[in-house]
Amino acid sequence: MSAIQSVPLNWYVTLSAVLFGLGVLGVLFRRNAIIILMCVELMLNAVNLLLVAFSAHHSDPNAQVFVFFIMAVAAAEVAIGLAILMMIYRNSKTTDIDFLNKLKH
Amino acid sequence: MIQLAWLIPILPLIGFLIIAFGGKKLSKSLVSIIGCGSVLAAFGLSLGIFFQLHGTSQTVKLLDWMHVGRLQIDFSFLIDPLSVLFMLIITGIGFLIHLYSTGYMKEDEKYDRFFAYLNLFVFFMLLLVMGSNYIVMFVGWEGVGLCSYLLIGFWFKNTEYNNAAKKAFIVNRIGDLGFLLGMIAIYFTYNSLNFSNVFSTVSENHLDTGALNLIGILLFIGACGKSAQIPLYTWLPDAMAGPTPVSALIHAATMVTAGVYMIARSSVIFVYAPVAMETVAIVGLITAVFAATIGLFQNDIKKVLAYSTVSQLGYMFLGLGVGAFTGGVFHVMTHAFFKALLFLCAGSVIHAMSGEQDIRKMGGLKKALPITHLTFLIGTIAISGLPPFSGFFSKDEILAHAYEHNKLYWLFGIIASMMTAFYMFRLYYLTFHGPFRGTEDQKHHLHESPKSMTIPLVILAVLAAVGGFFGIPDEHKHLLHDYLKPAFTYASAQINDAPEAFNLQEALLMIFAVIAAAASIFAAWYLYKKKNMVPIANESDLPELQRLVYHKYYVDEFYNAIIRKPMDWISDKGYKFIEIRFIDAIVNGMGTMVKWSGSVVRLAQSGNIGFYMFAMTLAIIVMLLVKLF
Repeated sequence: MSAIQSVPLNWYVTLSAVLFGLGVLGVLFRRNAIIILMCVELMLNAVNLLLVAFSAHHSDPNAQVFVFFIMAVAAAEVAIGLAILMMIYRNSKTTDIDFLNKLKH
Repeated sequence: MIQLAWLIPILPLIGFLIIAFGGKKLSKSLVSIIGCGSVLAAFGLSLGIFFQLHGTSQTVKLLDWMHVGRLQIDFSFLIDPLSVLFMLIITGIGFLIHLYSTGYMKEDEKYDRFFAYLNLFVFFMLLLVMGSNYIVMFVGWEGVGLCSYLLIGFWFKNTEYNNAAKKAFIVNRIGDLGFLLGMIAIYFTYNSLNFSNVFSTVSENHLDTGALNLIGILLFIGACGKSAQIPLYTWLPDAMAGPTPVSALIHAATMVTAGVYMIARSSVIFVYAPVAMETVAIVGLITAVFAATIGLFQNDIKKVLAYSTVSQLGYMFLGLGVGAFTGGVFHVMTHAFFKALLFLCAGSVIHAMSGEQDIRKMGGLKKALPITHLTFLIGTIAISGLPPFSGFFSKDEILAHAYEHNKLYWLFGIIASMMTAFYMFRLYYLTFHGPFRGTEDQKHHLHESPKSMTIPLVILAVLAAVGGFFGIPDEHKHLLHDYLKPAFTYASAQINDAPEAFNLQEALLMIFAVIAAAASIFAAWYLYKKKNMVPIANESDLPELQRLVYHKYYVDEFYNAIIRKPMDWISDKGYKFIEIRFIDAIVNGMGTMVKWSGSVVRLAQSGNIGFYMFAMTLAIIVMLLVKLF
């Protein structure tokens, strides 16, 4: 039994749930677009943590493959998301989502 | 040679395509050469086939058309004496009229379009007479209707002309429906629409007289529309709105005889359908007399000729109805000669009078238009039935058969013939004799038409004069009857349409007919030449009966009252109730509903990103819960 398996699985699940909940709450209640983007990352990584935990517990590498995919996609997402935010900031001098409603008007 | 028959209709079609798409880029002389040349080439080919046919009947297949289940329709042509005769008439007279048009339409700005339409007409007319089944015939039938419409309304800037074109088209549709139903009835009874199959089946198995009568009457309704018989004749006099060469080609020589051709072609069906046959004879006879009476008091040179065409077509149907198929077709031929001639002469007169068509304003044109005068006189004598001109022979043959069939028919035929002679000579004297009644301007302008117009007149005059000798009334000398015999093989097994040996009775009938015609010519001479009578200008001064006739028995008004007015009423009510209350309501309701639902859903699209994300999260949670429980 390796060191990582000595930590009970429940703890991982609880930690992931807490991180994911923080991410959701951040997305819902913060108004700064950068922080929202970070919260999305938080949610993704909460899932990643859960996946690697189960992978280690069951000695099954499949889940780790998923994690790599998620990290790659998340990196791309952040790159594009931040680029869009840069452009928005340059144009409107703000990253507050409550002011980003130009398409409506 | 005969295998090349498919070229005959294709040539005018090519002419049409070149002129229609070349349009204004082609010079007028090039348009004339293509227009006349394609028809002349078709005439040459027809002539070649005529000399090689030797009384046989051949089918030239161009392509498979429809093969669906039991229905087998080929695009193929039937080349037999009957169709070759019509091909000769169509291309021959068609060529002369094309030639005439190069002079008549010279000043017209739509010269190229006129020739394109004429060529298209010749193509469809050839399709009509050459088709080896009812479907190809029907294609031609509809095509000539279309061309007739286009050419009647050729000067479409005039609303009245346009209305005349529409009238012709719509009245023809009524007849076409009859033809279509007739074809459907043939198909359901005989499982085929090929002439050869249908006719051989009918001649072997003709016990079902009811079905044959039904088919015959339906086909005859079609013929009534196209050939202007009562009750569908009203479009033809109005069709005179078209340019005069069109009246000569389409509304006298060829298209209006399509009905005669169709019935002659279907002669097998008619000989076994006594009721239909009798209907053809009676309708033809009534039309002949009725139209002739209207012709007596018309003052428009083309209207007189139009009513005389209706009347002569009635004669042809009388001939077909009493079993004189050869006689009917013979009259088609001679009528094509003299009526095309008369119309072209009328065109020449109108040309000289700068567009005037009222004979009350003409008179004394004999000196200014010597060739037109002479050819018109020949045409008039021919139509009046004086020997030895062509009309006499064909009319006599029809009357002789009518006499055998029913003496009353013969009597009315003579009456119609007398009236024909009277109004034609009335027309002749009022136009060419007496003092000139037009304006001074017109008097100075009077001139004989150019060569391109007088040459066709002379050729047609010769044909109108000698055309009758193709059918000398004797069983051994009747060339046309010998020639057409193969086409009526099936029919003549049932009804003898041969001219009998020349005998005393027939000679007496002939003499009587000639005396009757001569008497009415004398009456016309006495009134309009000797006493120089001119029809009254003010129509309200006319006596009661004459006014009734002058207004064509108010048939147009009658049709208006019983058909158009109720239709208008129904349309009006339909518009006010069904259209506005239901159809408009449904359509507008759809629009209102979309607008309303849009305005509701729009509220969700607030533009607030926080709200969107909240909604998304909520939706994911709901989906999760649904999945879990």
